[in-house]
Amino acid sequence: MNPQLTNPRADEIDAILKRIPFAQTLGMRCEVLGDEMTAILPFQEKLIGNIAIRALHGGAIASFLELTAMLQVFLVSDMPRPPKPINLTIDYLRQGHAKDLYARAYVLKMGRRMASVRAEAWQENRAEPVTALMAHFLVAGE
Amino acid sequence: MESGPDCMSDKPKEQYDIAAIMNENINVMRDVVPWANETSFRVTKVEKGHVFGVQPWAEHLVGDPETGIIHGGVITTFLDNLCGMACTAAMTEMRFVATIDLRIDYMRPADKRRDIIGEAECYHLTRSVCFTRAWAYHETRDKLIATAAGTFAINKARLGGSTT
Repeated sequence: MNPQLTNPRADEIDAILKRIPFAQTLGMRCEVLGDEMTAILPFQEKLIGNIAIRALHGGAIASFLELTAMLQVFLVSDMPRPPKPINLTIDYLRQGHAKDLYARAYVLKMGRRMASVRAEAWQENRAEPVTALMAHFLVAGE
Repeated sequence: MESGPDCMSDKPKEQYDIAAIMNENINVMRDVVPWANETSFRVTKVEKGHVFGVQPWAEHLVGDPETGIIHGGVITTFLDNLCGMACTAAMTEMRFVATIDLRIDYMRPADKRRDIIGEAECYHLTRSVCFTRAWAYHETRDKLIATAAGTFAINKARLGGSTT
């Protein structure tokens, strides 16, 4: 059996999202193929940050990216539960329009204690990201 | 505020006490930001370049169902917003800002069912960029939940200015 295609962690991602009230508030979901995950944030009026220009709120985008990064670490690790964030930096590259937002995260380094993760969110065109995030998570020791 | 040496010029450029105007419109500012309404934080005080707020605990904001602690994204939203307002509150004419980048450090988890106090300051301002920092805590800044550092771009006058 090809472990790339049947990631046993994939089902858990869905269960985790359902259990986190804030992920439900955002309304995000994830699609997993092997070790590749795409997070989707369907547009909702409550995600707006500026009603005059109808832009998504930076905090909503950052929350979505933080959750995406956290789930990606969980997906590629054998941790019993999702990791805790240490810090994050968010770059707002373009305006987030009033439409669906997508994101993918890449674990740049999975250490014994920490993971470094980069995540990007886009709308129309993946080559033109709306927001980029760099985050560190604690993966061991409580 | 009144008289002073600039009375000499016959048509002085109008300067406003933006912080005072913001203080008078504290609730209006939140109502025009749907995501701020969803996360239900309140702005409590606006001073020149300095803004205070409260983020209450709420079930729908929980990030860890086992501990009941609210999600980091809520704190990011809260501090991002306070920082942006601190920029506007540091100015002498009403201008809005857009976040360029924001860094958040999580020091310790917030307590369950407890309000989080937030404080943001705009400590430097150029013609086009504002530099800010912010703190989140329960009691005092000695025991922090999170800190933030952000830079903001100052939008051109009038952008989105027609809405109150």
